[in-house]
Amino acid sequence: MGFEAITFYIFSAILVGSAILVVSLRNPVFCALALVLAFFTSAGIWILLEAEFLALTLILVYVGAVMVLFLFVVMMLDINLAVLREGFARYLPFGLAVAIILVAQLALIVGPEQFGLEAMPAPPSHPEGYSNTKEIGAVLYTVYLYPFEIAAVILVVAIVAAIALTLRRRKKKQTMGPEDQVKVRRNDRVRLVKMAAANKDE
Amino acid sequence: MPNNFQMPDLMPALPEIFLLTMACVILLADLFFRDENRVFTYLLSLATLAITAALTVTMHSDVPVYTFDGSFVSDTMGDVLKVFVYLVTAVVFIYSRDYLLNRNIFKGEYFVLGLFAVLGMMVLISAHSLLTIYLGLELLSLALYAMVAFHRDNSDATEAAMKYFVLGALASGMLLYGMSLLYGITGTLDIGGVQGAVADLEDSKKLVLGLGLVMVIVGMAFKLGAVPFHMWIPDVYHGAPTAVTLFIGTAPKMAAFAMVMRLLVEGLGDMHAQWQDILIIMAVLSMAVGNIIAIAQGNIKRMLAYSTISHVGFLLLGILAGTQAGYSGAMFYAIVYALMGMGGFGMIILLSRAGFEADKLDDFKGLNERSPWFAFIMMILMFSMAGVPPALGFYAKFAVLQAVVDSGLTWLAVVAVIFSIIGAFYYLRIVKLMYFDKAEDSLPLETSTDMKVVLSANGLGILLLGLAPGSLLALCTAAIG
Repeated sequence: MGFEAITFYIFSAILVGSAILVVSLRNPVFCALALVLAFFTSAGIWILLEAEFLALTLILVYVGAVMVLFLFVVMMLDINLAVLREGFARYLPFGLAVAIILVAQLALIVGPEQFGLEAMPAPPSHPEGYSNTKEIGAVLYTVYLYPFEIAAVILVVAIVAAIALTLRRRKKKQTMGPEDQVKVRRNDRVRLVKMAAANKDE
Repeated sequence: MPNNFQMPDLMPALPEIFLLTMACVILLADLFFRDENRVFTYLLSLATLAITAALTVTMHSDVPVYTFDGSFVSDTMGDVLKVFVYLVTAVVFIYSRDYLLNRNIFKGEYFVLGLFAVLGMMVLISAHSLLTIYLGLELLSLALYAMVAFHRDNSDATEAAMKYFVLGALASGMLLYGMSLLYGITGTLDIGGVQGAVADLEDSKKLVLGLGLVMVIVGMAFKLGAVPFHMWIPDVYHGAPTAVTLFIGTAPKMAAFAMVMRLLVEGLGDMHAQWQDILIIMAVLSMAVGNIIAIAQGNIKRMLAYSTISHVGFLLLGILAGTQAGYSGAMFYAIVYALMGMGGFGMIILLSRAGFEADKLDDFKGLNERSPWFAFIMMILMFSMAGVPPALGFYAKFAVLQAVVDSGLTWLAVVAVIFSIIGAFYYLRIVKLMYFDKAEDSLPLETSTDMKVVLSANGLGILLLGLAPGSLLALCTAAIG
């Protein structure tokens, strides 16, 4: 077993382990951190596949931006863990059974017979000085221009939807409008009340 | 490849480009309209749809045109479906205006998100690569999730949006996994390439292809709403504001039909024997579950949701027949269903008013006393959905069933007819409620004239097209051939 294979198995083991932790840990902050680990190790596997640009993007975008935001949300929201965990033990046997059957079935189909090195030979290694980034850049804005633009539109829709669903204009602002201040009259602010005199001692 | 890059021909995508530009312009322009001038957003959206339709018709060519390195195709099927998508969306906007105004949710975002959903449908209809199919679908779905939650102070709508979003994300994941398997085994994203690679594939790799096929079908069945992936439909149709239900229930079905045609029929056409069996099971289950459970519904939005499920079963019948006549029948069915659904949900909006949602079956009681004309229109719509001649729905069912019989599946056609007879019960029950029961609610119908005119045209159109279905049927045959 060469260095590459050993690295792959180590990374894969950590990836699967951290993915299991994401769904099984009790504390959501730990779950999010386990997800960070999962992203990090899958980035490592991508580097083994000579996709260094995508690996770095995965770390920058998912670990650097998405997961940090996620952690913020998890820490700021007061999540009731008891409610989240309700029924976990009850559904666990069923869920576990489904998961095991699914993995076994997938392993039968997407196994070494179909995707092994004999069935799908590894592509030849790239020469020294080959730039993955340059290759992606060359096709991203040419061959994949149309999907790229649609992805941009999807992000626009996401922004519009998020704002439309969450923005609430507050009617009662803390500032005064000058036009209201100018128009104000004594009667609006002061009310004279006639009261019968009362004895202080009573 | 990059060194001899050629500028893609942008002209076939001109309608998409125009619609995108206008959606962005409307999004910005809406900021400058005061609430009392919000109607300009609405008018601009309608004008945009009209011009986009004109562009689609002008740019049409009889031979398919591919551009963007084969990831975009403009052909007759796509153009016909697109024009109907614009038409249906425009009518949805017209029906929605009063409904939204009465509930204080007449906001520019409704129309902008609607236009983006139309763009998603256009991308989906014209998609010719796995990547664009997926992106078009996501663009459409994302806009729809937001529209369902649009009435954000309504807890039913928020719950429906949440269910829709979570289940939709799961279905997208399935679809994407299936696509990745297809890509892994064929080595190409292009639909034409997939078709070629599947034909040359060694037998040992058919197993992976089968898994990819099943995953892709699961994803598509969810989007169509076929049993057993239908659970979201009743809840979402019921919970969403009726103006949004109207939209979700109509135009996206045509786009979903196009997706099935591109991916299953064009890309995986060689696997027809395999997917035919899967579709037969789904079609029979959809017709059974849809028609039988609809009988037990007291809420008309839920009833129409189950009716959608049964109509999807019929649509699948046409596709699984696997013949040109079957595909054009299914396309005809998708268009006819969109027109009928539009009228059906439009009637609910017509009977609703500020603070009152006419979504119970009992709200239709005695409609004949209150408005004989609209009771008549509703009767046409219900007859059409049930498949009673001479309404248009009859010919849609007829075209599909004929294709099924011609492909040698007579038993399936018999099953379909039995379920549509069961289904006729709940459609005709509405007719009975309207004509033979006493009205509980005697308030006059208050709606603007344009909605009344369009809704009348909608109902009469179904009757008139039903008397002369030849032209629409010929259009669908030409589109598929």
